[in-house]
Amino acid sequence: METGRYGQYGGQYVPETLMNAVHELEQAYEHYKKDPDFNRELDELLRNYAGRPSLLYYAEKMTKDLGGAKIYLKREDLNHTGSHKINNVLGQVLLAKKMGKTRVIAETGAGQHGVATATAAALMGMECEIFMGKEDTERQALNVFRMELLGAKVHPVTTGTMTLKDAVNEAMREWTSRVDDTLYVLGSVMGPHPFPMIVRDFQSVISKESRQQILEAEGKLPDMIVACVGGGSNAMGSFYEYIEDEGVQLIGCEAAGLGVDNPKNAATIANGSMGIFHGMKSLFCQNEYGQIAPVYSISAGLDYPGIGPEHAMLNETGRASYVPITDEEAVAAFEYLSRTEGIIPAIESAHAIAYVMKTAGQMDKNQIIIATVSGRGDKDVAAIARYRGVEIYE
Amino acid sequence: MSRIRDTFKKEKAFIAFVTGGDPDIDTSYELIKTMAASGADIIEIGIPFSDPIAEGPVIQEASLRALKAGTTTDSLFGLVEKLRKEIEIPLVFMTYMNPIYVYGTERFMKRCAEVGIDGVIVPDVPFEEKAELAEQCREQGIDLISMIAPTSKERIETIAREAEGFIYCVSSLGVTGVRSEIKTDIGSMVKHVKAVTDVPVAVGFGIATPEQAEKMASLSDGAIVGSAIVKLVAKYGKEAAPYVADYVKSMKEGVRRA
Repeated sequence: METGRYGQYGGQYVPETLMNAVHELEQAYEHYKKDPDFNRELDELLRNYAGRPSLLYYAEKMTKDLGGAKIYLKREDLNHTGSHKINNVLGQVLLAKKMGKTRVIAETGAGQHGVATATAAALMGMECEIFMGKEDTERQALNVFRMELLGAKVHPVTTGTMTLKDAVNEAMREWTSRVDDTLYVLGSVMGPHPFPMIVRDFQSVISKESRQQILEAEGKLPDMIVACVGGGSNAMGSFYEYIEDEGVQLIGCEAAGLGVDNPKNAATIANGSMGIFHGMKSLFCQNEYGQIAPVYSISAGLDYPGIGPEHAMLNETGRASYVPITDEEAVAAFEYLSRTEGIIPAIESAHAIAYVMKTAGQMDKNQIIIATVSGRGDKDVAAIARYRGVEIYE
Repeated sequence: MSRIRDTFKKEKAFIAFVTGGDPDIDTSYELIKTMAASGADIIEIGIPFSDPIAEGPVIQEASLRALKAGTTTDSLFGLVEKLRKEIEIPLVFMTYMNPIYVYGTERFMKRCAEVGIDGVIVPDVPFEEKAELAEQCREQGIDLISMIAPTSKERIETIAREAEGFIYCVSSLGVTGVRSEIKTDIGSMVKHVKAVTDVPVAVGFGIATPEQAEKMASLSDGAIVGSAIVKLVAKYGKEAAPYVADYVKSMKEGVRRA
């Protein structure tokens, strides 16, 4: 496959000003990924700072209640900073440091990637600026303060739809204005090459671990992996080590908002078409003239009009399947997992749980599902209360 | 030889940008006619995109105004068709890859040729991704304008070698918009270009005053101005034409002095 391409998807569609920066990043990554010292340091950070390996938890009550496949949860919510985002960020900020950069910038939707980046920057002594849609700074006010507490500067983005895609636009604009000392730490398997590859590699620790853990626990591979997809980083990380195992079904759950037939959704695979945006050729929610559509989801982290290029390819080849999950289904799953297993998942992750709830009962008792709980739900409690008509002041 | 390159043979060029359909198509028609009459040598028409990542706030807002007013790629083809009955100077579309790709790259370039567009500038298609539209441009005789930036360094010669029409020299890091000072060593960038090609070089990003235009044109073959014009359109809306006319005249004079 051509560098940076996933079938017909991917590529490097960025302004000339950034070309040397993405090349420099690519070269540095190719060098350091083979460097034993870099890998030792990263491994050390993942174990002693992020708390890896994350648990593969057998959800016994949920399994009994749904009455079908055995359900395991890959507990990325237990990582330091409360989501899978730390896996990628520790890798990228360490790489930035090795490259001699002194400043990192990042976009964030729900705030998870922003918090993780601010955390890694604090740990490694880097300057940090986070771009977050103004609407999201309001939806996730606590995370804004959290980032500031960690020493980051948060820029509320007031352009466009004031959500995740606009935060990416603004972070890219900022990067073009200051490339020498700054690395853009992209939070998902998207954007121009080499980001989709780097983020996938750093996130694939999820499936490396889960594969080994399930073999230890069950002596066989799972039948299905389920993860939520916005840009698609936790899903890519959850899928990656199983791609060659044809018997393992890979399911990505996209945010269908008020429903795939309602304009208020963010289901890119269901509703999107081919386009070239944010540095990549992939699928996007857009109109007939290629104007990017305003998308909607209750979950700020999945509220993105595109999807990573490798997912677009996995969808095209049929290796992975992508299903839409509505706000209502996600909220029900959020509540269900909380009550059934005592685990409050991020509303993003609840999209994956919702699919498990629909599917497990139809599967055989000797089959196995691994669902990734990509983050914890503390950040969402107030929004879920609001959804149920209860006003809570954070 | 393209009509764009011919333009530079006469004298140093003043290249004016305006966002198509801001505040509406009729005003764009008046503005472009006025700019041509006031001395603009080449006019860039921006096809508005919802997410213009290379633009600063001024052109971002203009793009949103144009889209809100219902501007589409087709309505801008219609605008150019109408303009071609009145003006002969080269017209160039500036837009992002997605509106071209989704329209159908081949269909887009064909329409460009039909209505009389001379070139396209697509800031999110760097040299490495040129294959996305180079052939379709060539088939229709549309110049694909290349950009070079202060960070391009050794890339300048590679880019220049395959350049067509003119080379858009980005004066500064960051996005489009007015700057009080341009610190990049433009002279040395132009020298790199001239070492490998005689395709003309025009400097854009951050130019707003006749003095800046004079200085940039003295170091190159022309000056490109966008945000400063779009600002006038934002301020005066449908009444902007006379203000833009005066401004373009003063800028062209600046370039002439170079």
